[in-house]
Amino acid sequence: MTGKQPFEKLVSEHGPAVLRVCRAVLGPVDADDAWSETFLSALQAYPQLPADANVEAWLVTIAHRKAIDVIRRTRRAAVPVADVPAVAADPDDRDLDLPRSLARLPERQRFAVSYHYLAGLPYAEVAAIIGGTAEAARRAASDGIANLRKTHGTVP
Amino acid sequence: MTMTTQDPDQHLADLLGPPPADADMAALHARLTAQAEAAGLLDVAYRTLDTPVGTLLLAATPAGLVRVAYEREGLDTVLERLASKVSPRILNAPQRLDGAARQLEEYFGGHRQRFDLPLDLALASGFRRSVLSYLPAIGYGHTASYQSVAAAVNNPRAVRAVGTACATNPLPLVIPCHRVIRADGQLGAYLGGPEIKHQLLDLEAAA
Repeated sequence: MTGKQPFEKLVSEHGPAVLRVCRAVLGPVDADDAWSETFLSALQAYPQLPADANVEAWLVTIAHRKAIDVIRRTRRAAVPVADVPAVAADPDDRDLDLPRSLARLPERQRFAVSYHYLAGLPYAEVAAIIGGTAEAARRAASDGIANLRKTHGTVP
Repeated sequence: MTMTTQDPDQHLADLLGPPPADADMAALHARLTAQAEAAGLLDVAYRTLDTPVGTLLLAATPAGLVRVAYEREGLDTVLERLASKVSPRILNAPQRLDGAARQLEEYFGGHRQRFDLPLDLALASGFRRSVLSYLPAIGYGHTASYQSVAAAVNNPRAVRAVGTACATNPLPLVIPCHRVIRADGQLGAYLGGPEIKHQLLDLEAAA
């Protein structure tokens, strides 16, 4: 007995959180592809995963690698364009723009905020994924939140 | 406002990225099962089927139908056993079960007397497996006693073991263990419950 959950359980329990993370780090367009690649890779590797592994951290780790691949691919393919106009500053719309502001944070801050606040991973796990110490991961997340607070007064 | 009583981290998470819609998750799930099947990574596909004897779980490997389970066996328990005994690469992927679902519907409608499906007997071994391989020889609408089945598989004293083989049949309905009854004419036990055994034999007697 391996005591392992059927993979379907992983998809239903962690699929939505992984998609939120993919959307946060990549934006809605590339998120679906990153999610699909993440779960297909996870399905392949699943029989070898130790039974006591933290499944959510494992999935976010795979999603992170897929996201890095996508970011590199897009960067190589990028064609310079004029600056996108700044987001409307209408205070009533501010919360709706929060995901967009998150997408514009520096990479490490964006990763740290997404993995800690959206995936709910402790900073030690976040650090294992993005590199550096847990303390540095905590700082990156809090810098990220401070940046979001500058443009969005409603951020708690 | 209920928001103020919420966990502040949870509130922040909802602002940063609202939970995905069910329809989005369903579309991604369908894409995953298709890709998994194409990549040869779907070791076990399953679906549920509503029938006159309750909800059934149907599961198949690439080799064939590997499990038919009644609701009372606990669908989660059945899936967990498949994960440990066959493979944890299991997805809810109805397409592979289209043929089995159609033939079972025909059976319950009284329009099918024998199943024509590839079967995977990975969950049965040894004597149990030889009992299960024999059972399709008991024709639709007929019954046989535990004793006569024991004799037919060349082990006339293994009556109790025939009972165990029937009670642990991984493919009930398709492998007709419901047609094996007691020598005194009583129906005996059934893994779907005795009332379902009765119901199936009535269905077959009526056709």
